[in-house]
This record gives sequence, C-alpha cells and structure tokens, in this order.
Amino acid sequence: MRVALFLTCVNDTLYPDTGRAVVKLLTRLGVDVDFPAAQTCCGQPHYNTGYRRQAEPLARHYSDVFGPGLASGDYDAIITPSGSCAAMVRELYPRMGERARAEGRGDRLATTLAPVIPKTYELTEFLVDVLKVTDVGASYPHKVTYHPTCHGLRSLGLGDRPLQLLRAVKGLELAELPGAQECCGFGGTFAVKNSDVSSAMGADKVRNAESTGADVLCAADNSCLMHIGGTMSRLKVGMRPVHIAEILASTEEEPHV
Amino acid sequence: MSGTFVGMPAFPKAAHDAVRNTTLRANLKHATHTIRDKRARAVAELDDWAALREAGKQIKDHTLRHLDHYLVQLEESVTAAGGTVHWARDADEANRIVTRLVRETGESEVVKVKSMATQEIGLNEHLEAEGIRAYETDLAELIVQLGDDRPSHILVPAIHRNRGEIRDIFAQEMGRWGRPAPEGLTDTPAELAEAARLHLREKFLRAKVGVSGANFMVAETGTLVVVESEGNGRMCLTLPETLISVVGIEKIVPTWQDLEVFLQTLPRSSTAERMNPYTSTWTGTTDGDGPRTFHLVLIDNGRTDTLADEVGRQALRCIRCSACLNVCPVYERAGGHAYGSVYPGPIGAILSPQLRGTASEIDASLPYASSLCGACYEVCPVAIDIPEVLVHLRERVVEGGEVTLRGTKVTLKPAKGHAAERAAMRAARWAFTHPAVLATGQRMASRTRRFHPRTVPGPGRAWTATRDLPQVPAESFRDWWQRTDGGKEGQK
Repeated sequence: MRVALFLTCVNDTLYPDTGRAVVKLLTRLGVDVDFPAAQTCCGQPHYNTGYRRQAEPLARHYSDVFGPGLASGDYDAIITPSGSCAAMVRELYPRMGERARAEGRGDRLATTLAPVIPKTYELTEFLVDVLKVTDVGASYPHKVTYHPTCHGLRSLGLGDRPLQLLRAVKGLELAELPGAQECCGFGGTFAVKNSDVSSAMGADKVRNAESTGADVLCAADNSCLMHIGGTMSRLKVGMRPVHIAEILASTEEEPHV
Repeated sequence: MSGTFVGMPAFPKAAHDAVRNTTLRANLKHATHTIRDKRARAVAELDDWAALREAGKQIKDHTLRHLDHYLVQLEESVTAAGGTVHWARDADEANRIVTRLVRETGESEVVKVKSMATQEIGLNEHLEAEGIRAYETDLAELIVQLGDDRPSHILVPAIHRNRGEIRDIFAQEMGRWGRPAPEGLTDTPAELAEAARLHLREKFLRAKVGVSGANFMVAETGTLVVVESEGNGRMCLTLPETLISVVGIEKIVPTWQDLEVFLQTLPRSSTAERMNPYTSTWTGTTDGDGPRTFHLVLIDNGRTDTLADEVGRQALRCIRCSACLNVCPVYERAGGHAYGSVYPGPIGAILSPQLRGTASEIDASLPYASSLCGACYEVCPVAIDIPEVLVHLRERVVEGGEVTLRGTKVTLKPAKGHAAERAAMRAARWAFTHPAVLATGQRMASRTRRFHPRTVPGPGRAWTATRDLPQVPAESFRDWWQRTDGGKEGQK
C-alpha cells in the first residue's frame, strides 16, 4: 500500500516531529509514504472564519496536489494526522461544492473536489479501518490521558479507535480524562476573537487532565495540543502534550523522547 | 441592570466580565452540568431517538416550506373556533396590537405565561410604558422580573442566580409588586416556592386578562399548545376572561398527529423529563369553559427574512428546548447575558443575527461566539446544524452579500473592523497557493526562532496573554523531507 501524507500547514511548520513519527509508524507497518511537496493548507482557517470564497482556491489546490496521484493509482489514500483537517476535507469540501452550485457557478468545484474527499483519512481511522491494526507494535512507558478533539469526535466519528490503539501500546497506562468530550477552547480564530472564554475552557481542560495524574496528554490534532500545551506551560502544570502519532511510533528500540 | 438588551456590547467584551464572575460561573456550571447529564439519560431511554429527531426535522422543514398555506389554514381554523387572528409584521406592531386589545377590556394588568415571543418583542416594557402592568407567573421569570434583571436562559431565565440571591430578591422586592414574602424567609427550595405560590395566587385570582405564547399551533384545528412544569401557565390560560396569545409564525405544525413527535423530544431535551407535568391545549373559545375572548397575534419580526436564507432558515425549526445552551462550553463560561438577546447560547448566536440583522456590534459578534465544537448540533432535537449556520453568518459579517431585509433583497457590505483580518486571510491564501512562498516563510521563521518573543503584539496578544506559543522548530518537515529524501538518508 502506498499513501500520500497530508501533514497540514501547522504540523509542517511547527510540529515536524509529528510528521516524522507518521512516516516512521506507517513505514514500520509496511506502508509506502510519499510527501507531495506542493501541499500547503486545506483552507480550514479561511472557511471557518467566514472567508469561504478564499478557501475555495485552497481546496482546489489540495485537489490538484493529491488528485492526480489517486487517479493514476500512485496512492491508495491520503493520510493526515489532524482530525480537524480531515473533517475539513470530508465534511466541508462537499458543502463548498454544493454552495458553488447553489450560487449558479456550476458543478466544476464539486467535480474537482469529489475524488479526494472519500480517500482522505485521519491517521487513527486509517490504521483501524483500512489497515485493520490496533496493535502497532509500539512501546511507551508513560501514564497517558487522551483528549478526543471535537472534530475527531463529532465530525469524523472516530469513536474509540484512538483508544483501541493506545490500549495496545506496551507499557502505556491509560488514564480516563474527566469531561473528555468537552471542547478545549481552541477553535481556530475563536482562541483570539474570544480569548477570555477560550482561555477559561483551556484552563478547565488542563485542570481535568492534571487530576488524572498522567504525565502526558495526547490527542490526534496538534492545533488543540498547541492550545492545551500553551495553557499547561503558562499554568506550570507538569504535563506534556504529545500527538498520538508520536506515541504510536515509539518503540523499545527507538523510544520517543 | 435594566430589563432590556438594547445597546449591548459585543460578545467578547460582555463575556470578558462574565468569565471573571466566579459566582456566576459556579452557578452556571452546576446547573448546566446537572441538566446536561439528566438529558443524556432521558434521551438514552428511547431507542428511536434518531428517528424522532429526523421526523421532527422533516415536519418542521415541510411546514416552513409551505408556511403560507399553513398560516392561512391556521387563521381559518382559529376564526372558525371563535378566536380572532391578528398579524404583526414586527415587534412594534405586535406591541401596539396587544396594548389595544388589553385596553379594550378596560383592564390595566395582565398575567403572563412564560413566553419567549413576548420577551423577544419587549412586550412587558411596552405595556409598562402604556400604563399596563404585566405580571410574570413562571417562577424563574418572576425572579427575573422582581430582580429588574434580564433572562439568561431560554428555559431557566434565572439560571444565573443561586438560592441565596433568590431569597434576597423575594424578601426585598415582592412587597412592591403585591403580597410580600413571609417574614424570616430562608433559601430552602420549598420555602421559596411557597412564597412565590402565595404571591402569585393573588394575581391569578384577580386577573381578567392573560397573555401567553405557544409552543405549537396546530393548523388543522387552530389549537394552541403550551407545555410547562409548574401549572402557572394553566392558571393564566383558564382563569382570565380574555386570553391573548402572541406566537411566532414558525410555530405551526400541520396536524395533531405531528405533536406526537415533539411531545416526546421537547420535554426530554429541555427539562430531561419523559413528559412535562402540564400540557395545555386550547382551541378558540368554548361557552362556559375558559376565557370568553381569544386573540392570536401572529408575529413575523424577521422570520420571513430568515426563511429566505436557504442555509440560515433551519434556525426556524427551533422548538426552544435549550438543550444547546446546556451543553455549550461557551455558554457555560460566558453566561446568557453576554449574548445580548432573549435567545442566548448557540441557538441565540444564529437566531438573533438573522431576526435582527448583523448591523449592530453585538449581532456581528454573535456568529463568532462559538468554538464550532459541534456539541449543540449533536443534542438538537430538530437537527439544526448550528455550526454550519454560524460559519454561514460569519461569511455574511466579513464578506457581506445578498440578504433579505423586511422582504426586500439587499446587498450587505462587509462589517467594519475586519479589514486587517481580511487582508491577512488573502495573504495567507496567496502563500498557501504558492508552496515555495510557504517554504520560504517557514525557513525565515526557523532562522529567527531564537528571537521569537513569548508574548506578541497585535491580534496575537490575546493568545499569549494566557498561553505560551510553541517554539518554532529548527527545520520544517518539508525541509527535513527534502534533505533526507523522506527520511531514507542523513537521518538526524
């Protein structure tokens, strides 16, 4: 199996470790990974802030970058370690196509985006649903609590897939997060536009995480982890935010640090 | 605090104060978490919840699509049953109609059933200015009215108050409105309820005019329906000689059979009860039973404009259950007053800017009063995709576009104050469609990483006031990938 990695602009710029972890993990599982270098951003920041028409060229760009490889059979799937970016493609790209049609601009956008939509997978759903593995041979001797991000939980319906993967990790002690289903308060530009409420939500999330006694909080989306981690750092809480890919990539021979 | 929402500041400013009010936050957290958990249990009891939700959505959508037809049918049925139907284009017209109807009875006071529609049009304040006293009889509305306060929740308008605060309000204010609170009133729920009961009984027995809203109107029979918990509504609906019901035009269902769906989904979603204690229905007038005169005032007040918007119109499905408020993390921290409307929370954030337009500061800020976490959509019993409408309204705020205002299509200009953001979004779009530009930007950020401050000026300041920014890595992933040929050589 050969896949294209859509790392996302945030991970590419700020969290390259997550990208390296995805490559290491998928390679270990026998998957060939390619990184089409022309990739940039799925357009979520634009779309969610109300700049839908500005998001359209970015959606088309995504389709231009990943579509041809899917059509030629070079890739079987597009994998992204970000629940919210996967949700953007799978849930909102179809909506963008419909809106363009409703505005009398024809089917072109919908037709362009159609091939990439069903082939875009969030990392954990790809592992569980497509590769059909839950034990990825990882080892991570830490106490970990898991935050299911809103897009993973409610847009993609990841359910307990990430937990199935974590439970199979050697040495990992899983601590249940109180109020796990509540939003951490990031929400893209919400974190800036409504900073007070966003900060209060983040602080509550961190306090809940702290109460588990875990030393790592993990999630499948670095945007949420940036907000939670930034709050942990400011509140001087002795916990680390770690992307689930980095935990799953960690082995006894090559432990994640 | 005054009784109206006129001139409210934008949501972030109002929320800034609310977030720092620890009593308010504790009251809200306790109340919303309790009812949220109860709702989840009540809903889980039904194995056909998903089907009920879909049915409710379909009935509402069908009715809204043929609203003209059902409104005419309703008017005919109500008239045939001995009632009189009045049409009000906006709040002013509705208030004038109700005032005239009350005047015609020769009375100068009315008792009220809890009603969002009369809150929406500011009926009490209007009647007060016209020399007519309106007494709220719902316990929570009474607390709000006595406290010269504003409602902060659809179902529990006084959710922001705790028992001690309610005791103080009763002890200090009841005497000015009628029967005073008993001496030595404590804050036990039973004593507070008894004080309210004695105070209200006087009003029920004296009033000649009742004013209500309605949860539903059945087009085929002209029947109005109110569901409630306390029984005060039934007192107002049956004891007075004249009953005036003020109802939004979207509250219609075609047939009695349609109620079957909503009488299951509404109580479970709102009070987390299998069935609400009191369901009152009335059809025109009946000799020797209930009010002798019945008026129905149908209000538009922005509803047909909302109906013209094909994405936003789903907000009109709302049955005012308030499940979205109770589950919303933003509502829980900001409280209901921050939304500057009688419709707070997620539904208020999409309903108010549609009913009122996005011209004011508060209305332009409401579509952003959400992290788009989606919990509201998940619990909505009529499947209103609130996040979808929020984003749609954000687009209206930042980019303008065509909307219907008072029945006329107009093109809105983008709201003020978004110019810098718009420029930034355009610049980002440009960079993101030119990968080489993105790569250059990443390299610059990496090279200057040692000079990045922990707190930053401009829009980023709001971020770094409470959170530390992540450190920019020495090398972006794409540069690592290129340098190592996808990790195959020169691995660090």
